[in-house]
Amino acid sequence: MADTQRPLSPHLQIYKRQVQMMTSIVHRATGIALAVGSVLVVGGLLHLAAGEDSFNQFKSIIGSPVGMVLLFGWSWALFYHLCNGIRHLIQDAGAGYAIPQFVRSSWLSVAGSIVLTVLVWAYVLMAGGAA
Amino acid sequence: MSTKDTVMKDRRNPLKTALGLGSSQSGVGHWWTQRVTAAALVLLGVWFVATVLCLLHADYATAHAAVAKPWNALLLIAFVLTMFWHAVLGLQVVIEDYVHTRWKEVVLLVAIKFLAVLGALACVLAVLRIALTP
Repeated sequence: MADTQRPLSPHLQIYKRQVQMMTSIVHRATGIALAVGSVLVVGGLLHLAAGEDSFNQFKSIIGSPVGMVLLFGWSWALFYHLCNGIRHLIQDAGAGYAIPQFVRSSWLSVAGSIVLTVLVWAYVLMAGGAA
Repeated sequence: MSTKDTVMKDRRNPLKTALGLGSSQSGVGHWWTQRVTAAALVLLGVWFVATVLCLLHADYATAHAAVAKPWNALLLIAFVLTMFWHAVLGLQVVIEDYVHTRWKEVVLLVAIKFLAVLGALACVLAVLRIALTP
């Protein structure tokens, strides 16, 4: 908690749930998840650099059930952060601030992330499973 | 001094302690860098996902050869550097927003920078080792 005696602004629980609020919160959450997921990129490259046995070990880790679940989660987090990040860049340019547009683009981010995740995993399944 | 006076005193804007903190030194630098790295990551991220999908069932030799290609090595290094940079900028804001105990905030802010630099250097060294090993 804040070690301050100054007044605090109203917090989350006081507001009605709205999609634009959820997209904002999820953008942060997926950002944190992706920062943790960078371990996977570091791990993959280090294992590939360390030689064949090491690389095969890495492949069996990410191909395990736990690895697949994490990969699925991270792939959705990446696509969500990508879609909603593009949305934020457009808004930073000054466009799309009217409330109906704001709500519509929120749903577009969510839908886009789900479509991309499904497409990628459909490709993975058609290619015969990951790793 | 009554309780009310104490509260009023606390509500006064403590300009003296605020000077030198906040964005007074850096202006919009953080905000702008976060957007520029985001724009770069839109391109590099899509390229990275496509590259990983192309290597879906690759054995060691194929994956090694793919990363060793000059363009792939270059873009991979660009991707990991931009990714860690963007991650630090984002995590920094989260920590500044939610960690209200000053010493914990500073420790976390420094820790994520150390970890990100280590991660980025490890990735760059790995790519260079792959790219420069015949």
